[in-house]
Amino acid sequence: MADPSTAQPISLDPSRRRQLAEFWYYFSENRGAVIGFWLFVLLVIVALLAPLIAPHLPYEQYRDAVLVPPFWEDGGQAAFPLGTDPVGRDMLSRLLYGARYSLFIGVVVTTIALVGGIFIGVIAGYFGGWIDTVIMRIMDVILAFPSLLLALVLVAVLGPGLTNAMIAIALVLQPHFVRLTRAAVMTEKGREYVTAARVSGAGSLRLMFRTILPNTTAPLIVQATLSFSSAILDAAALGFLGMGAQPPTPEWGTMLAEAREFILRAWWVVTFPGLAILITVLAINLVGDGLRDALDPKLKRS
Amino acid sequence: MLRYLLKRLAVLVPTFIGVSIIAFTFIRLLPGDPVALMSGERVMSPERHAMISHELGYDRPVVIQYLDYLRGVVTGDFGNSIVTKQPILDQFLTLFPATLELSFCAIIFAIVLGIPAGIFAAIKRGTFWDQTIMGTALVGYSMPIFWWGLLLIIFFSGILQWTPVSGRISLLYFFPPVTGFMLIDSLLSGQAGAFKSAVSHLILPTIVLGTIPLAVIARQTRSAMLEVLGEDYVRTARAKGLSPFRVVGIHALRNAMIPVITTIGLQVGVLLAGAILTETIFSWPGIGKWMVDSVFRRDYPVIQGGLLMIAGIIMVVNLIVDLLYGLINPRIRH
Repeated sequence: MADPSTAQPISLDPSRRRQLAEFWYYFSENRGAVIGFWLFVLLVIVALLAPLIAPHLPYEQYRDAVLVPPFWEDGGQAAFPLGTDPVGRDMLSRLLYGARYSLFIGVVVTTIALVGGIFIGVIAGYFGGWIDTVIMRIMDVILAFPSLLLALVLVAVLGPGLTNAMIAIALVLQPHFVRLTRAAVMTEKGREYVTAARVSGAGSLRLMFRTILPNTTAPLIVQATLSFSSAILDAAALGFLGMGAQPPTPEWGTMLAEAREFILRAWWVVTFPGLAILITVLAINLVGDGLRDALDPKLKRS
Repeated sequence: MLRYLLKRLAVLVPTFIGVSIIAFTFIRLLPGDPVALMSGERVMSPERHAMISHELGYDRPVVIQYLDYLRGVVTGDFGNSIVTKQPILDQFLTLFPATLELSFCAIIFAIVLGIPAGIFAAIKRGTFWDQTIMGTALVGYSMPIFWWGLLLIIFFSGILQWTPVSGRISLLYFFPPVTGFMLIDSLLSGQAGAFKSAVSHLILPTIVLGTIPLAVIARQTRSAMLEVLGEDYVRTARAKGLSPFRVVGIHALRNAMIPVITTIGLQVGVLLAGAILTETIFSWPGIGKWMVDSVFRRDYPVIQGGLLMIAGIIMVVNLIVDLLYGLINPRIRH
C-alpha cells in the first residue's frame, strides 16, 4: 500500500529543493494542515503495521466473549480494549485492519480517477473543437447525477463488492479531474513556451504531456486530496448500504452496517468504526485545505 | 437575458438526452436476460419468452426501443414497477413530497445556522471564535452522515428518549395526505398532537441531512465575506462613519451573498445524495429510500426512471440557480 504523498524523487536538483522548502514553509504555517498531515502519517503506519500491532486476528470469533464492552466500562476485558462485536470479534483489531482498506480504497480510486481524468482532460483541452464538445457533454451527463446514487446503481449493475465499488466511485469522481485539466491546458496552450516548443518540433504527445501538463499540477493536487477523502466516504457509504465491501471484511462502513441493529444495546460497535472514518477523512481534508492555501499563488504573497 | 437562457437550454438538451441514454442502456448492461428481468419471471418456455419479449417490445431494434422509451418519458410514462406493478411516475409523485419536505427543512437549517456562523467567523478572523467555527465546519464537512445519524439516534432516541427512531409521524395519527407534506397535513387534520409528532420525527433527519450543506455554506460565507471586507467600497463605507452593523450587514453582505447563493443552489445534488443515506437510516418514505429499496429488489424499471427523474430535477434546479445568478450578477451573462 504505497502512500502517494511521500513518493519523492531520490535526487533533487537545487531549484526543485527550494520549491519544496518554500512549499513546506507555507504549508506548515497552517497548524491544522500539519496536524492533519501527521494524523495521516500515523494512519499509514497503522495500516502498514496492522498485522503486528493488532492484538487479535480480524476474523477470529470469540464465541464466549460476544458484545464485550470497552475495558473502561463494567464487564470490559483487558484482552479486548475496545470491546467485541456481535459475533465476538475484537473491535480494535478490526479497526486497525480497516485502516488498510480505507487507505487502499483512497489510493486506488484517486489514482484511477486522476490518471483517467488527466488523460481525457488533456485531450479535450489540447485538441478543442468537436472532440472537446463531445468529451465535455459526456462529463456533464455524469455530473448530472448525484455521485452516490450513480455509484450505487453502477455497483448494482456490476455486482456488489469492493472492487466494483471502487470502479464506480472512480468513474463518478473522474469528471472533476477532466474539467480541471482541460481548463488548465486551455490557459497554458496559448503561452509562449508552448509555441516555442512547437516551433522547435515537439509533437502533440510531447506538447500535451511533457510541456503543458507539469504546469497544471497545483489544482490537480488539491482535487486529488479532495477525491481521496470523498472516495473513502463514498466507499464507506456503499459498504453501509450493503453494496461495497462484503462481510466479514473489516471495512469500516461494512462494520457499521453489520452493527446497525445493535445501536441501542451496544454503543461501541457503532461508535468506533464511524469515528475511524471521521478521523481519516478529517485528516485528509485538513491536509487538503493546507495544500490549497500553500499552492494558491493568489493567497501566497498577501 | 433571453439569449443567455436559450444558450443554457441548448446545453441542457444534449445533457438530458445523454442522461436518458445512460438510464436506458443501464438495463441492457445487466448480466442476464432483460426479458426475464423485466417480467420478473425466472423460468419460462421459449414460446412464453417470445410472447413477453414481443409484449415488452424487446424484439424491436434497440434504437426504436430507446425512442419509444423517450417518447414515453416526454409524455410522463416511465413504465411500471416490476414489484408493485404501479406506474413509476405515480410512485415518484407519492414519495417525492417526503424527500422535498426533508430537504427543504435541511437546507433551511443549514442556511439559518451557516450564514451567521460564516459571517461571525469572518468578522472575528484569526480569533478563537473563527478557529472554533471553522474547525467545527470542517468536522461537519468530513462527517460520514450515515454514522452521524446513528449517533444522534443513540443519544436522542436511546438515552434521552426525546425523539422517535423512524418514520414521518406516530402510528397513533392517521389522516389522508392532502399536500403530501406531513407538517402541513398534520395541521390540516386538526388532530391534537399530530403536528408535534410530525415535527419530532423531522428533527433528527433534518440535522443529519443538513450537516454537510451547513458546513459548506459556513465555509463559503466566511471566504466570500473576507474577500468583500477587503474591498475599497467597504473601507469607504467605514470611513463615512457608518455603524459596523450597517457596513457588514448591508454593504458587505449583499455582495458576499452572490457566491453563497450559488453554493446553496449546488447543494441540491448533495441533498438528494444525502437523502439516500438519511432516508435509509430513519426509514423515511422518500425517493432516496425508494431508490435503495429498488436496487435491492432489482426493480430495474424503477431504477431507470428514478435515475432519470432525479438527474432531471438536479439539472432544472442548476439551470434556475444559473439564471438567478445571471440576474443578480449581470457580468456573467456576457
